[in-house]
Amino acid sequence: MRLAGAAVFLAAALLTGVLVGPVDLGALNVVHATFAHVFGLHSPLSGADDAILWQLRLPRVVLGAFVGGTLAAAGAAYQGVFRNPLADPYLLGAAAGAGLGATLVAAYAPGSGLAGDLLPISAFAGAAVAVLAAYVLGRSAGAAAGPAALILAGVTIAAFFTALQIFVQQQHVDTVQAVYSWLLGRLSTAGWREVGIIAPYAIASWLILLGHRRLLDVLAVGDDEAAALGVNVARVRLLVVVAATIATAAAVAVSGLIAFVGIIVPHTIRLLFGGSYRMLMPLSIIVGAGFLVFADVIARTIMSPAELPIGVVTAFFGAPFFAVVLRTGRRYA
Amino acid sequence: MTALALDGLSVTLGGQRIVDRLAAAVDEGEWVALIGPNGAGKTTALRAVAKLIAYDGRVRVFGDDAAELSRRDLARLVALVPQVPLIPGDITVWEYVRLGRTPHLGFFEGEGRSDNEAVEVALQQLDLVPFARRRLDTLSGGERQSATLARALAQDAPILLLDEPTAALDVGRQQQVLELVDVLRRERGLTVFSTMHDLTLAGQYADRLLLLDGGRLVAAGAAREVLTQALISEHYGADVAVVDAPGSGFVVVPVRSRIGDGADSC
Repeated sequence: MRLAGAAVFLAAALLTGVLVGPVDLGALNVVHATFAHVFGLHSPLSGADDAILWQLRLPRVVLGAFVGGTLAAAGAAYQGVFRNPLADPYLLGAAAGAGLGATLVAAYAPGSGLAGDLLPISAFAGAAVAVLAAYVLGRSAGAAAGPAALILAGVTIAAFFTALQIFVQQQHVDTVQAVYSWLLGRLSTAGWREVGIIAPYAIASWLILLGHRRLLDVLAVGDDEAAALGVNVARVRLLVVVAATIATAAAVAVSGLIAFVGIIVPHTIRLLFGGSYRMLMPLSIIVGAGFLVFADVIARTIMSPAELPIGVVTAFFGAPFFAVVLRTGRRYA
Repeated sequence: MTALALDGLSVTLGGQRIVDRLAAAVDEGEWVALIGPNGAGKTTALRAVAKLIAYDGRVRVFGDDAAELSRRDLARLVALVPQVPLIPGDITVWEYVRLGRTPHLGFFEGEGRSDNEAVEVALQQLDLVPFARRRLDTLSGGERQSATLARALAQDAPILLLDEPTAALDVGRQQQVLELVDVLRRERGLTVFSTMHDLTLAGQYADRLLLLDGGRLVAAGAAREVLTQALISEHYGADVAVVDAPGSGFVVVPVRSRIGDGADSC
C-alpha cells in the first residue's frame, strides 16, 4: 500500500519532470516515445522533439531520481548505523573530500572545466579518500566501542579537507565561482553520461542497503543487544557504510552537494509511517527519487530561463514542509 | 544436565581484574542469581557469558565451548535482557519483539509463520497483545521492561540472562516481573542466570545464590547459607538483620544501629 503510494508519487514526479519545459511534448507522446526508445521502436515525436525528450529531459529526470534515491537511502542508512538522527550522507567527510577533489580540478586542470570527465572522477576519489581516512582514524581511535569515535573522526577529516580546499581556492581565486556553483549542487547532463556514471553505484548500493534493512532494525537496540541477538555489528556497520558512501560519492560526483535530501526524506517517512527499516529503506529510495525530481522541476522553472541551484530548492521547500510534518507527527508520538 | 558452566572465567578491563577465576555451574531449569556489592563484577560476568566482552577461561553452553560457537548459534541458546535496554522509540512493540527472531533467520530470509507465532506467543505471555501496534516510546517503564522480556522470549533460547531485571521498578512491579520469570521458567523449562540487587527478592526467587566480591566468588549455595548476617556485613559493609517472614522464608532488612547509640548518649 505504502510502496504503491510511493511508486505513484515517483511516477508523477518523473512525468512532470519530462513534461515541464519550454517545448510542449504532450504526456501521451512522451510515454509512448520513451517506451519506443527502450524497446527500439519508432518514436511518435518529431526529430527535434524526440531529441529534447531523449537527450535533454529524460537523462536529467533519471539522473535526479538516481541522485535523490541514493542520498535519501544513504541518509537513512547512516542514521541507522550511527543511531544519530542528524547523520546525513556527508557525515564522514564525503562532502569535504568531494569538494577538495572538484576544487583541485578547477584549479589545476582548468581546461577540462567543470563539465569535463575529470571532475566527477576527482570528486568521487576525494569523497572516497576522505571517508576511508575517517574510517581508518575512527578504527584506530576505538570505533569498536561504538559509533561515536567514527563520527568524530569524520568531523576531523572533514575539517582538514575543507581547510585544504579553501587553501587551494585562495591560491586560485578565479575558480571560486565555478566551485561555489558546484558546491550548491545542480543536475546538469550531457546526454546519458552522468546517468551512466551513477547508475551502477546507485543500484549496487540500493541492493546492499535493502538487503540489510532487517539488520538495521536490530542495530537500533544498541551494539551490545544486537550482538546478543546474534548480529556481527562491526561487519554490518562496515558494509552499510561502504555501500552508502560509495553511492554518495557517485551522486556527489555527478550533481555536486545537494543538501537536506538525506535528512528530510527519511525523517518524513519515519514520522508518517514509523521507523522500521523494512519500510523505511525502500520508501526512502522511491520517495527520495521523486522528491529530487520535483525539486529539479522547481529549480529550472521558477526563475526560467535562469536556473536555481537545486540545493537551494531542496532546503527552501524542504525545510518548511519538514517543519509541518514534525508538528503533525508529534501528536502521534 | 548442566546448561551453563563457567570455568576459571576472568575478565580484565583497563588493566583491572573485574571478574577473577569464577567457577560455577547452572543446571537446566535452575535459577541462579549473582549477588554482591556494587562493582563486584556481576554484570561483567553476565556480559562475558553473552560473549559481549573478551574473557579468559571457559564458558560452556550445554557442553559446547561458547568461544567456538558463532554469534548466531550462541544467540539461539542464550538470550540477554540488559539492565537498561536501549529502546528505539519509533518502532512498534510488535516490530521490537520480532527482533528476537534475528538469530533464527538467514541473511536473505524473512520471518515465516513459525517466527510470527513465536512473537505472538511472547506477546500473549507478557500481556502485551493490546500494545502490539503501539510505538515503544508511548509505553511506561514497566511496559517497556515487559517488551524487552518478550523479545528475549521470542528469541526462544533455553538460557535466559537477566541483568538486574527489577532495577527501575516499584515494589509491586518487581514482584510481578520475577513471578512472571518464574512462571515462564517452569512453563518453558528455561534456565535463568541473573544478577540481583535486592537480596530479599534474590533469596525468594533464585534456587541458588552466588555471592561475588571484588570479582571473586566468596559464597555459594541456597539462600539460607549465603544470606547470613555475617556474610552480608563482611562483603556489603552493611548492617542488616535477617528476619524470618512466616510464609515466604525470610527477609534481609537494613538496620540503623547508630540511632540507638545517639539516644543512649543523651
